[in-house]
Amino acid sequence: MIEIKNLHKSYHMGKNSLHVLKGINFTVSEGEMVSIMGSSGSGKSTLLNILGILDEADEGTYTLDGTLIKNLNERVAARYRNKFLGFIFQSFNLINYKSALENVAMPLYYQGVKRNIRVEKAMHYLEKVGLADWATHLPNELSGGQKQRVAIARALASDPKVLLADEPTGALDTKTSYEVMELIQGINDEGKTILIVTHEDDIAHMTKRIVNLKDGIIIDDSVVTQVRAKSEAYV
Amino acid sequence: MSKLFSRDSWAEIIEALSSNWFRTVMTAFGVLWGIFILVILLAAGNGLENGIKQGFNGMATNSMFMWAQTASQPYKGLPKGRRYNFKTDDVDAIKQQVPGLRFVSPRNQLGGFRGSNNVVRGLQTGAFNVYGDYPEIIQQQPMDITSGRFINYSDINEKRKVAIIGSGVQSALYEPNEEVIGSYIKINGVNFLVIGTYKKKGNNGDPEEMQKEIYVPFTSFSQAFNMGDIVGWMAITAEDGSSITNLKSQIFDVVKTRHTINPNDERAVGNFDLYQEYSKINGLFTALNFVAYFVGILVLLSGIIGISNIMLIVVKERTKEIGIRRALGATPWSIRAQVLLESIFLTIISGMAGIVLATAVLWFVNYQLSGMDTSEMMFINPSVNIGVVFIALTILIVSGLLAGLIPAQNAIKVKPVEALRTE
Repeated sequence: MIEIKNLHKSYHMGKNSLHVLKGINFTVSEGEMVSIMGSSGSGKSTLLNILGILDEADEGTYTLDGTLIKNLNERVAARYRNKFLGFIFQSFNLINYKSALENVAMPLYYQGVKRNIRVEKAMHYLEKVGLADWATHLPNELSGGQKQRVAIARALASDPKVLLADEPTGALDTKTSYEVMELIQGINDEGKTILIVTHEDDIAHMTKRIVNLKDGIIIDDSVVTQVRAKSEAYV
Repeated sequence: MSKLFSRDSWAEIIEALSSNWFRTVMTAFGVLWGIFILVILLAAGNGLENGIKQGFNGMATNSMFMWAQTASQPYKGLPKGRRYNFKTDDVDAIKQQVPGLRFVSPRNQLGGFRGSNNVVRGLQTGAFNVYGDYPEIIQQQPMDITSGRFINYSDINEKRKVAIIGSGVQSALYEPNEEVIGSYIKINGVNFLVIGTYKKKGNNGDPEEMQKEIYVPFTSFSQAFNMGDIVGWMAITAEDGSSITNLKSQIFDVVKTRHTINPNDERAVGNFDLYQEYSKINGLFTALNFVAYFVGILVLLSGIIGISNIMLIVVKERTKEIGIRRALGATPWSIRAQVLLESIFLTIISGMAGIVLATAVLWFVNYQLSGMDTSEMMFINPSVNIGVVFIALTILIVSGLLAGLIPAQNAIKVKPVEALRTE
């Protein structure tokens, strides 16, 4: 599903250049659930941005679902993002003047899906994350966990190949974190490929494979036994 | 284009604009004010123009008056300072030799400024201007025939002694309810049958004096008052396609040849070129219109800069939102279209409001004016035609586009990564 070969990336700030990624080789096959770990400055966010076609590598190749991602113009990049990827962010990044339902429907809007079908699909995904009753609420009327679940529903709405999550539990307390992770695990169980960037050990161990990043290179890549996140019930 | 008619993009625009009502209204006010000033200025110019041109009162403006003066240069043995008169033959010669003329009316006159009493009816007497004229004169210097008729060609050919009198003449010579048509008046001792009355409008010259005129057929005038074939002066009107100012010298040349006057003699033929005067006034209004557009568009421009500024702020405020949209698959074009549509929408709405407001003010002014007698006012019916409104709308759409251009460009420069970076 994802294939990365000899990936390099450096940032230039004035005269200083910062070599962030120093040759990453990395493959993810379909249905995997991988966590990328590393301390701050290890390059994990940069890697995620490149994986998310939000940024482009200086060197090396990136193949996503058999498509080589290279030198794309913004229009094509936008289409690929829409078609292949679903994003989940640490700070949720919901549009706060739109209701939960409209937020979830947004990727479908950019796919050019008709309004009534869009609403129907968005409702379906809201049900899936257990927030059907909150469809008409604005983000600021929802709790942190609910917001993240709306964001997950939004990421799923366009039926992407890969879900990319950047510290999805970073802004949540432990209990809510586990609820969100349980939801993500459920989605993985249905066969979706998921990549999670995190620096929390317990969250990482809820995935099936941990990739450790340090100073721009992979120092460890191992398969782990998945710990199921258990929670009594949804809030 | 599909975006233009999509319910979703409009819903987004309304949402974005209504999220900060006060700011939207304040921004819109700049454009509203600009278009308001533009329309009011154009309408005021138009009103003044209508008022001034009313003074011409339907007069054929492509006209000139021409009279004989004295030759100022010796020519072919004839001395300078020699007097001469136009003759009736000159009229036909001008008509034949100068193409593009509509009317050439010879005229003669009795009486004049502070003349002695020259008209008698029974016991009443009065001093009036008496003109010998051809029927065409009514098309060159319009007047309302209030009863009876004006001179016609039968009168000219049969040299009938008939007269058309003004309302001023009527009130001086007749009792208030006396029948005028069919009565006789004595002009310089010659009896004329009154066949019509007229009334002139307008504020050019002396309106009271203008009602104290008497018109008789040119031929009868010549015979009755011993003018022979002398023509006092001529009123000449050119066809609509050509201007009398250009034809003037040709006409003078005909006259000069026929009266043995030095072709270079500039002072032998006196003339008053109405068209030239009219053109001057027209030029004035063209300049006024230009000033109105200039000032209006500059004010509008400052309003547009206001909109552009606010759109820049809006884009800045929504940097994160734009980043999210980009991550969800929004193309740069859809972001740009969103900003442009928003700016055009705001410009057009506020511009329309300005036009409506200006129209309301104009309506009120017209409403006030309609109660008054406007015949002697300098300011009539201030209005703008629908063409001007369309020009204003076009300016609005273009300027809305311009106002949105820089902000839209800024919006697509937003990199999704930077926008999503958690602070």
